[in-house]
Amino acid sequence: MRNLLPILTVVAVILGLWYLAVGPMNFRLALDAATRGGADVTPATPDEQGQTGLIRLMLDNPDVMPAAYAFERPRLPQPQDVVSEIYENTIGLARRCEWQGFGAERDNWSPLSDGCLRVIENRRSLIFHAWQTLAPTLLGFAIGTGLGILLAVGIVYNRTMDLSVMPWAIASQTIPILAIAPMVIVVLNAVGIQGLLPKSLISSYLSFFPVVVGMVKGLRSPGAMDLDLLRTYSASGAQEFWKLRLPSSLPYLFASLKIGIAAALVGTIVAELPTGARFGLGSRLLTGSYYGQTVQIWAALIMAAVCAALLVWVIGVVEKRTLTRLGLVR
Amino acid sequence: MIKAQGLNLVFQTNDGPVHALKDVDLEIDKGEFVSFIGPSGCGKTTFLRCVAALETPTGGSLTVNGMTPDEARRNRAYGYVFQAAGLYPWRTIAGNIKLPLEIMGYSRSDQDERVKNVLELVDLEGFGRKYPWQLSGGMQQRASIARALAFDADILLMDEPFGALDEIVRDHLNEQLLELWARTDKTIGFVTHSIPEAVYLSTKIVVMSPRPGRITDIIDSPLPKERPLDIRDTPEFLAIAHRVREGLRAGHAYDD
Amino acid sequence: MSGMQAGKFLGRNLESSSKSFLAPVAGAVAVTVVGALLDWRLGLVFAVWLAAWGLNILLTETGGAAKRFVVPAIFGITLLVLWQMAVRLFDISQVILPAPTDIWGAITTSVPVLWADFVQTVVKGALSGYIMGAVLAIGTAIAVDRSRFLQRGLLPVGNFIAALPIVGTAPILVMWFGFGWQSKAAVVVVMVFFPILVNTVAGLKETDAMQRDLMRTYAAGYWQSFTKLRLPAALPFIFNGLKVSTTLALIGAIVAEFFGSPIVGMGFRIKTSFGTLELAMVWAEIAVAAVAGSGFYGLVTLAEKRLTFWHPSQRTER
Repeated sequence: MRNLLPILTVVAVILGLWYLAVGPMNFRLALDAATRGGADVTPATPDEQGQTGLIRLMLDNPDVMPAAYAFERPRLPQPQDVVSEIYENTIGLARRCEWQGFGAERDNWSPLSDGCLRVIENRRSLIFHAWQTLAPTLLGFAIGTGLGILLAVGIVYNRTMDLSVMPWAIASQTIPILAIAPMVIVVLNAVGIQGLLPKSLISSYLSFFPVVVGMVKGLRSPGAMDLDLLRTYSASGAQEFWKLRLPSSLPYLFASLKIGIAAALVGTIVAELPTGARFGLGSRLLTGSYYGQTVQIWAALIMAAVCAALLVWVIGVVEKRTLTRLGLVR
Repeated sequence: MIKAQGLNLVFQTNDGPVHALKDVDLEIDKGEFVSFIGPSGCGKTTFLRCVAALETPTGGSLTVNGMTPDEARRNRAYGYVFQAAGLYPWRTIAGNIKLPLEIMGYSRSDQDERVKNVLELVDLEGFGRKYPWQLSGGMQQRASIARALAFDADILLMDEPFGALDEIVRDHLNEQLLELWARTDKTIGFVTHSIPEAVYLSTKIVVMSPRPGRITDIIDSPLPKERPLDIRDTPEFLAIAHRVREGLRAGHAYDD
Repeated sequence: MSGMQAGKFLGRNLESSSKSFLAPVAGAVAVTVVGALLDWRLGLVFAVWLAAWGLNILLTETGGAAKRFVVPAIFGITLLVLWQMAVRLFDISQVILPAPTDIWGAITTSVPVLWADFVQTVVKGALSGYIMGAVLAIGTAIAVDRSRFLQRGLLPVGNFIAALPIVGTAPILVMWFGFGWQSKAAVVVVMVFFPILVNTVAGLKETDAMQRDLMRTYAAGYWQSFTKLRLPAALPFIFNGLKVSTTLALIGAIVAEFFGSPIVGMGFRIKTSFGTLELAMVWAEIAVAAVAGSGFYGLVTLAEKRLTFWHPSQRTER
């Protein structure tokens, strides 16, 4: 991991800049609060404060700076506040979380104690919301990938499908479909389809096309020499598919899977937005922005980031294992 | 011109130190055509790169035109031709030849004139406006040589420039290279794998062997400077080739 | 492609080993009949669809060079026709799914509104953010170029951030920059910065040892080597990032408007038209977004063709 030190340096620089920016970002708000609290500030009235530049204000009122850092409803929260918010809403909810075991005598049998369930099922918990977002993402991703692979096979083996569908598959990637994700949810709700399925439809659509395009590229990747060799063996179409085309397409497939899962997650989050969803990371973002709870927004965002990173990492691990066994690792 | 004394180069690799060059003593005079021949790992390319200041020796001395190799490099004392043509696909052939001229600060009119002269030298007149991918492998390599000749360097260093080409094209280019050498009077250092090529082209043949990389034999060729391709069938030629082969065998080139 | 060729094709297939030809036709007819038995309208929809598909098969087998455009065009038009048929035949409410003709009506009657929204979202929001983000990203990549250390740290972090749901920063940026187009541009900047940065850094790294040695033999300075070799060689990678970012820019601008915007803008229009159940208008905006998205992408691809004409991927026709 010789990249560890550079990565840590870059992350440290980003955190450092973040920390430095907290003060100036919250300064006007803190100054306003101080003025209303009756403190001695230059200039004295809010109107004049609005007219003065930020740097001038900071230089004239240095004693307001600590308040800017400690501000309750900040424009830019401090890194540690975000971390503590995340902690409180996840692990912090767990009190005496323990494994009950299979021999426990209980009415509503559950292997996890109440302490643990508080973390998973509590409406306040970020893990609960994360799961509300992850579940449709994973389902949709599976559907989209499955259908995508099927369509890709169809495109490669049927010339008509190739000519009709492929241009649209490529073109659709340039269309910002993501913007109408919320609408699809509402329409489907109106027709009576609720819950997991509408959100899965969005994420399946968003992972579908990258998988199609990538898989087609991969299935077509074997060179003329490899195909000719199989022809000298009189290999059938199916044999050619399973023995040559499918294995060659795996590197391309995994690259598209990573793009697809990230897109699926973003799709689900966007789908939760203006339609007033009550659960999920998108809804946390929304309520945070409605009630001005900036720390809540940041916490939800970081949680979404962690989820995205986790999903891509899992696919990366599967990719590495599979490709190493097939000798396809670069 | 180029003087190496007790030159040593040891690479530190993951598998331990590799003695790429050991106690190399060689003198190359002005106007000579010197070929370096030997199996892989004998140090011939490494020696050429030391002269070009692309590698740094770990022991001994090496001077080029009386300066250190790096000073010579900064003085633009030599042109280098690699195994692959390495032309920029986004520049025309003329544009590619102008590349070193732009870097070295020649005036625009000077550049145009040099491009014209050098294209004529390598027999690529009229191809200046074409792009590299529109040319065959042999023509691309000729353009690469032209690029190395465009600026005024006394020395031309060539690292297996014809290795990727087929034999017929190679013969043709060998002839052209000799003509070029006669016209421009440069000092040429030439690395090759091919015994006939080495004997045909050079005034001096340096036979090297690996593990550690060292000189096994230095042969001063008695062949005349004017050489048609047919000279390869003469007994004198075969005698020299035989001597080269003996030198390679002595250096265990044919052992496993 | 000519009618004669098509006729010959049909004739040939009907005469010879017609098993491979008759089976799919029989299958198509069967599907249509079954559909018609369930509901005459379903049968009609199937009939139209399968007929168009048959036409496409015919064109694929016999057509000339033009089939590359005609076949996907027929596919797209058939989709629209089927959509229209389904909505009318099954009496689907406008509130759930408007017909293509309704959408076209909405487009033609609201051109000024659509234009104003387009300017607000695409030109002021997406385009300005795209340009700022690209300049910032390429500038950062060049600035980091001299330090291998920073590059080794920046690439993994950049790749990580590029995969995150950046669109989630929209509410925060709207809070900071207000409701105007500036906040939308800010979202776009954040969204396009990392893909372009990562691609540019990767592109600048991508010169092989031989080319760098050649520059050393010319005793070329850092900036000479940069402008003559590394930057042109990096262009294909840079354009890769630029192309991907066109879609991201549009998405960012529209989604950011969901979080607050003045009374103009595509995201705003979608949200409010949806609230008043004018679905045709929503789809009209989506149509404009689709055209804008493909147009933007097309422009960048055109620029790519001109500037990287020399790259193997541009030269060989797959």
